[in-house]
Amino acid sequence: MSKLIPLNQAIAEFVNDGDVLYAAGFTHLIPFAAGHEIIRQRRKNLTLARATPDLIYDQMVAAGCARKVIFSYMGNPGVGSLRIMRSAIEQGKLEWEEYSHFGMITRLQAGASGLPFLPMKQTGATGLEQVNPLIKRIPDPYGGKDVMVVPALNPDVAIVHVQRADKNGNAHLWGIIGEQKEAAFAARKVILTAEEIVDESVIRSDPNRTMIPTNIVDAVCHVPYASHPSYSQGYYDRDNEFYLAWDKISESPDTIKQYLDEWVYGVKDREEYWEKLGAKTHKRLKVKARYSEKINYGSY
Amino acid sequence: MSEIKYSSAELMIVNAARLLQDGDVVFVGVGQPNLACNLAKRTHAPNLVMIYEAGVIGAEPARLPLSIGDPTLVSGSLSVVSMYDIFANYLQRGNVDVGFMGGAQIDKYGNINATVIGEYEHPKTRLPGSGGSQEIAAWANRCYIMTPHQKRRFPEKVEFMTSAGFIGGKGDREKAGLRGKGMLAVVTDIGMLEPDETGEMILTALHPNKTVDEAKANTGWDLKAAAQVRLTERVTENELRILREELDPTGIYLKGAG
Repeated sequence: MSKLIPLNQAIAEFVNDGDVLYAAGFTHLIPFAAGHEIIRQRRKNLTLARATPDLIYDQMVAAGCARKVIFSYMGNPGVGSLRIMRSAIEQGKLEWEEYSHFGMITRLQAGASGLPFLPMKQTGATGLEQVNPLIKRIPDPYGGKDVMVVPALNPDVAIVHVQRADKNGNAHLWGIIGEQKEAAFAARKVILTAEEIVDESVIRSDPNRTMIPTNIVDAVCHVPYASHPSYSQGYYDRDNEFYLAWDKISESPDTIKQYLDEWVYGVKDREEYWEKLGAKTHKRLKVKARYSEKINYGSY
Repeated sequence: MSEIKYSSAELMIVNAARLLQDGDVVFVGVGQPNLACNLAKRTHAPNLVMIYEAGVIGAEPARLPLSIGDPTLVSGSLSVVSMYDIFANYLQRGNVDVGFMGGAQIDKYGNINATVIGEYEHPKTRLPGSGGSQEIAAWANRCYIMTPHQKRRFPEKVEFMTSAGFIGGKGDREKAGLRGKGMLAVVTDIGMLEPDETGEMILTALHPNKTVDEAKANTGWDLKAAAQVRLTERVTENELRILREELDPTGIYLKGAG
């Protein structure tokens, strides 16, 4: 059954005020287009969960979409601080809940596999355990050392961007696969955005690459360049210049407002955003092809 | 021979690179640790296997990655796995030799704070947080850190324990069942600290033209010096050439003090 709908319709239908949202992607395939659409539709009181909030959540916090963030590394990767989130936290304007990467991902893994919680080995570092009551220590029922446990995270909505999907939502992704699969299986509703919508036969030609199956997907949206300034492996490069520029843009309320007005509220959709970036940027982010060797599944 | 000039960042990166052994599986962070690992791979450790917490194993980056999730790490790597797999199967299971840490503060027992300055609930300065460092510090066999030698970065006890060194002294790691040997070297722009038999970090080496007094004056606890303080090997022209010409030609990470 086709689940192909426009992104603005998917956000209107599946993202509600007050939801717990997980926009997946560790540096790679971050669904910026969906984040911008949520800002345009002025969602409020969201709990934004992501291991690395990245610029997408910095922008959503700036736009007033968030009540709370759940994270494990709140930095602008390779650049420095996420200034907007950081100052909101320092000024007591934003709630937060914090884990290590492994703690955060283990929460998703528990959520994805239908478990109430999952254990991890102790790390000796007690900082987060002392400030986050959801991180608990329990005896190993088999007699080993105590283990740390974290509760399942089951977001109301996960948004996952992929390189290609069929119209039913069977999705291929490759490159850094972060926590996309776990987020999708953990969530109650899943919105997929895809660089390309391909025929089901393309998916069937390489079934090992299907990380997300149709049966857990609620909406499929065809949104080329949806992850800029993040990237889609093999399609376009990460816009490191923008990550550096954001460090300046996010320094003052005026420049932040200017950015949101021009690049989020001021454009209708991702297509207009990409056109607005212009030919020079398109050229800078272009990548040369590097193909994998074919594999033989065999005909039976 | 004229004296070779280098920045303090270059000095630390070169000395950190020399800590790596050929064949090590190393968990690499971006920035200076990434340069140190790539330098080691191009000099004495060609069989170094670089793992990035984004899930990339055996990366051979063709360009300097700005972030830990740069696409250049993926193309041509040996394997790419999910975040859950990299932390569970690689780190927790014990398949990583070396972890390069970052962090704002490191204390007398090698514990790291990368989370907050001031009260946690009412932070004076909110830092990025653990990321993968809590697990790397616990489960990598050997941990190293590079940091400029400044009093504010070397408090007697960290305000927040993001990652464990020797916790409150040697023996504490074993009690918690931690696999790795802990923080084995702190490379600074003055010299190097290593743990003594109690887990206390002491001065074991000085870079050329640096003094014990300088190290003591820039440390927040009463820093002990080893009976024999070594002099680190001089930075070579070849090391600087690789760093400047091949690895970081625009000087993003080399110019600063770190």
